[in-house]
Amino acid sequence: MHKTRNYLFHLYMALFLFYLLAPLVVMGGAAFNDSRFPSILPWRGFTTQWFTELAADGRMWVAFRNTVLVAVAVVVLAVPIGTAAAILINSITGRVRTVLYGVMVAPILAPGAVIGISTLLFWNQFSVPAGLHLSVFGQVSYIAAFVMLLVLARLQSFDVALEEAALDLGAGHGMVLRRILLPHLYPAIGAGAAIAFFQSIENFNVTLFTRGNADTLTVYVFSKVRTGITPTINALALIMITVTLAGAVLYELRRRRLERIYGE
Amino acid sequence: MSAGIDLDDVCCDFGSFRAVDHVNVAIQPGEFFSFLGPSGCGKTTILRMISGFTEPSSGVVRIGGKDMRGQRPNQRPTALIFQNLALFPLMSVADNIAFGLEVRGIDKAKRRARADELLRLVDLPGAGDKMVSQLSGGQKQRVAIARALAVEPAVMLLDEPLSALDLKLRQHMRAELRAIQKRTGVTFIYITHDQGEALAMSDRVGVMSHGRLQQVANPRDIYDNPANGFVASFVGENNILAGSVGAVGQGFASYDTPLGSFRARMAPNTGGAVKLYVRPEHMRFTAEAQAENSVPVTVTDVAFEGNFISVHALSENGTNLVAELRNDGLGNTPAPGAKLHISFDAARAAILPDETAAEA
Amino acid sequence: MQDLLRRYGTGLTGAFVLLTAFWLLVLIVLPNFYLLENSFRPYLPRVDMGGPLDTYSFDNYAKILTGSSPTEVFGLTVTLPVHVKSFLLTVGYSAFVTVLSFALAYPLAYYLAKIVQPKSLPTLFLLLFVPLWVSEVLRSFAWFIILSLKGPLNFSLLGLGIIEAPIRWIAGYRSIIIGLVYTYVLFMLFPIYNAIQSLDTNQIEAAEDLGSPWWRTHWRVILPHAKPGIASGAVMVFMLSAGSLLVPVLLGSTESNWFTQVIQQWMFEAADWNTGSAYAFILLVLCTVFVSLVMRVFRVKLSDIAK
Repeated sequence: MHKTRNYLFHLYMALFLFYLLAPLVVMGGAAFNDSRFPSILPWRGFTTQWFTELAADGRMWVAFRNTVLVAVAVVVLAVPIGTAAAILINSITGRVRTVLYGVMVAPILAPGAVIGISTLLFWNQFSVPAGLHLSVFGQVSYIAAFVMLLVLARLQSFDVALEEAALDLGAGHGMVLRRILLPHLYPAIGAGAAIAFFQSIENFNVTLFTRGNADTLTVYVFSKVRTGITPTINALALIMITVTLAGAVLYELRRRRLERIYGE
Repeated sequence: MSAGIDLDDVCCDFGSFRAVDHVNVAIQPGEFFSFLGPSGCGKTTILRMISGFTEPSSGVVRIGGKDMRGQRPNQRPTALIFQNLALFPLMSVADNIAFGLEVRGIDKAKRRARADELLRLVDLPGAGDKMVSQLSGGQKQRVAIARALAVEPAVMLLDEPLSALDLKLRQHMRAELRAIQKRTGVTFIYITHDQGEALAMSDRVGVMSHGRLQQVANPRDIYDNPANGFVASFVGENNILAGSVGAVGQGFASYDTPLGSFRARMAPNTGGAVKLYVRPEHMRFTAEAQAENSVPVTVTDVAFEGNFISVHALSENGTNLVAELRNDGLGNTPAPGAKLHISFDAARAAILPDETAAEA
Repeated sequence: MQDLLRRYGTGLTGAFVLLTAFWLLVLIVLPNFYLLENSFRPYLPRVDMGGPLDTYSFDNYAKILTGSSPTEVFGLTVTLPVHVKSFLLTVGYSAFVTVLSFALAYPLAYYLAKIVQPKSLPTLFLLLFVPLWVSEVLRSFAWFIILSLKGPLNFSLLGLGIIEAPIRWIAGYRSIIIGLVYTYVLFMLFPIYNAIQSLDTNQIEAAEDLGSPWWRTHWRVILPHAKPGIASGAVMVFMLSAGSLLVPVLLGSTESNWFTQVIQQWMFEAADWNTGSAYAFILLVLCTVFVSLVMRVFRVKLSDIAK
């Protein structure tokens, strides 16, 4: 009886993977189809024309540069903020902790549109115009929470006696942080930075409301789809998927290697 | 180089709980001093007050005669060896040992040379480039000692550092620690709940219970002349008999119990409830009744422990008495069921303040 | 706090507090305060701002009740204000997406946690993670291609002879639902997987050994254990769906109007930020209510949901 059941489960798993991955294949494949409208069926012949057109698209390159700049700024802000907040909240208990924790994780659960609009209105109050700088602030407000959660989890496994040992050996507070605590947190901080970077690149909702007139890649793709699409978007999509997947695979390989070296 | 420590009427409260209660002791420079007591007796708090991680609620800690109030851990001439050792897992062995020197801004080559020198001192030459996770329990122990010694502390504080090791290694490390202490001449303050460790290594032992120092003495006196019932029964085994004091004179007193009347040592001004304490190894069996301190018994159980034999016997009124006999290798052991007399010397038994009275 | 000062001294503790305060106050609390404040103020030309017309009122919130459209619900025709209808449909369809995602994800989570060979797990997870590495806009775009009238889906179905005429997939709300489920089903899968995975397999075997049929084992043993994971997944999927703007815009039809689209119209087409913030605040309240509801029903804490 378990045999049939397992067979059905395997089949379901395979179907689910097909469901998840086939759309991405369709999208990638359409980048090479010689058809004005992005599709893979009917197949009208192989072409790389869409990649050439994409490379010539100046607006895309600006959006690309903006995306990277915003992502870097988000990492630079969210990582220290999330780490500091995790250290802070780890050392307090009781009601204050519950309230602070609630405020910290709330932005993860709040709709991006709300975050975007509130950020826009707040800075508008001080005559700060919309633009990518506001996108950075809006994104940091919820991305810092991811970093905080990762670092907080890692802090649970930290042995405070290590800090005391360092203090006892004469180390100052800065030295304790730099040589003892931070090295322990580096895996979480690194993962936090990677997540912050990808979350920023993928962000659409917050960016749409705060960007002013500037483009990021997601906004650019979005406006292209709405105004008239050609398979150049598929070419861009394929490149983005390839790059992020390569990044993901490298990250995973590195993680597995480190796991082997340090053993858990 | 090494410094003495004075605890001057030190108390420490955590909320309404008094962890350390009016402790006074003067530890000499170069002494190996142990605080011995059950868990929760306040010995670790004393250690943390000396190292500076906890401030006394009242009283003064002096190191080398200097008042330590307001001095942070990194400003005190102490080095602490933690119960779990607290070796830095992400640094190599040499970096661990040299950490205290790195803090003091000593250059890399000198640090490394000093680390290697210390590794030789703790009998781990050439281990400097290993990671901490590659070391065995005993090796980690040595590295922790080397790391503490590297900062040339005036006082070493050790918080049950041997408790994680297996029995054989523990006994080996005892001798090793003692040897390192003699070689370096640094004052060692050692915290333990293991009486064997405390007695074997220390110059003096302070026995603690419920935040109070019950007795400070050299190991022999702790064992042979315990100050009260708590010390007597925490350090070693006892037959304890309840009764009342009769005639007193010349350091001895008579003590009346349901088993009969006994004579034993008694300190002059012992007030309050007292009991009679006799160690099992001071009990002996004879075929005939003895002149004093003798009880007719029936042997109930004989447990062979190797170097000694533990014999349980039951008196006529149902009191269980235990004797430990040295194994002389000749097989001269009472058999279960034998009817014998059990007795002890008056000089080997003591009438002491009750254990529970000392705890209150 | 005392603990921090002792461990890191005044300077570093100060830095931690400042960074955290900047985040919590400048990036979270104050912006939301201004969102609320603005939502009560009228939309005025710049010159009139701060003038006698600039008074607090509920006018912006009242706008949701204007305009009406007849709707058919279970055969009954109900007349609802158009934005209220859009709000209710958003809530309803988001809940539907959540239930559908659960139905899809639960068997898979169970399979991954208890059936599959542990050695093939890393590979399976790597594959499952792939869509998460691809941005949401591209995933919606992929379905835009697939579902289009002359797209691969209709092409294949026609070719296989399953349908005779191409189906207009992008119609009503169905394309939005397809897109939302595809985009967010993984947020349901992983929390449930984590929860089931922590269940001792012996408990399942004990239930079977006591003669429990498979459905009872799931109902009495596995589902209760997976509760925190289900709560976490449900919150994530519902919030992301209700708050999504990309999927409704890219996959929506002429008949559909997601609530976030209404907000966007106020913000950009009408350029009325005050009404926009009132609507955004309504959405925020909806999400808060939903999270508290789930926390109450599933008896979980916020820290369980946030993983």
